[in-house]
Amino acid sequence: MKKTNSMKLQFVSRSANEGFARTAVSGFLASLDPTVEELADIKTAVSEAVTNCIVHAYADRIGIVYIAADLYADGRVVIRIRDKGCGIPDVEKAMEPLFTTGGEDRAGLGFAVMQSLMDKVRVRSQVGKGTTVTLERRIESRGDQNDRDTE
Amino acid sequence: MAVTLEVTNEEITAYLSGEIDHHSAVELRRRIDESVLSGTPERLILDFSGVTFMDSSGIGLIMGRWRLMQEQGGHLLVQGVPRSLRKVMKVSGLDKLGVLEEKEEVKQ
Repeated sequence: MKKTNSMKLQFVSRSANEGFARTAVSGFLASLDPTVEELADIKTAVSEAVTNCIVHAYADRIGIVYIAADLYADGRVVIRIRDKGCGIPDVEKAMEPLFTTGGEDRAGLGFAVMQSLMDKVRVRSQVGKGTTVTLERRIESRGDQNDRDTE
Repeated sequence: MAVTLEVTNEEITAYLSGEIDHHSAVELRRRIDESVLSGTPERLILDFSGVTFMDSSGIGLIMGRWRLMQEQGGHLLVQGVPRSLRKVMKVSGLDKLGVLEEKEEVKQ
């Protein structure tokens, strides 16, 4: 499927950048004319993934968080959030709802929220090397509603 | 992100507004807990009607305050949750904890 647009972004893993990251991604998606709900879902999932980088991947140091986003002609948005942090020893365990190593007031629901809001969530991680979370969501662009109705 | 606290002898209401994420939750938690621990409130009300964005850090904020109020022998109520935040609240299972006010928020 043809890629219609793409962007890359990198920033230091300071918590103040959580808002910047989701707002930047949301601005990038504006050309697709997403609904308020679609945009809120994607912003929330990006916020979860970026927070994981800050809280877990770079728990004891400041590192770089990389975001790459691609738009496809069929309305799919693919967003990769990558870090070069500590990595996740057991991805399956980390994705279990309520599992957290984040301490007090971390709900342990980051991956559960991502999975509930996105069509697909993939996690690749290597201990000591880093983690890449790929989020995929199809935007039901209002502009091509007619095409979709006849599919 | 901002919080306005309304304190009476028995009750503290925290009116939250803006975006709740891991960054802003730190300050919210500090201000709310300070207020709870400086008195003996029977009830803590978190009012979400001014919240425009929330990720699971908001869930952590609620769960942590629920635990705190349990320890203090009081209880927690969450009110005014905008429709846009209900999806995230639902994933958390908070609706089963019995702290969410049932009625829908009134559209301004």
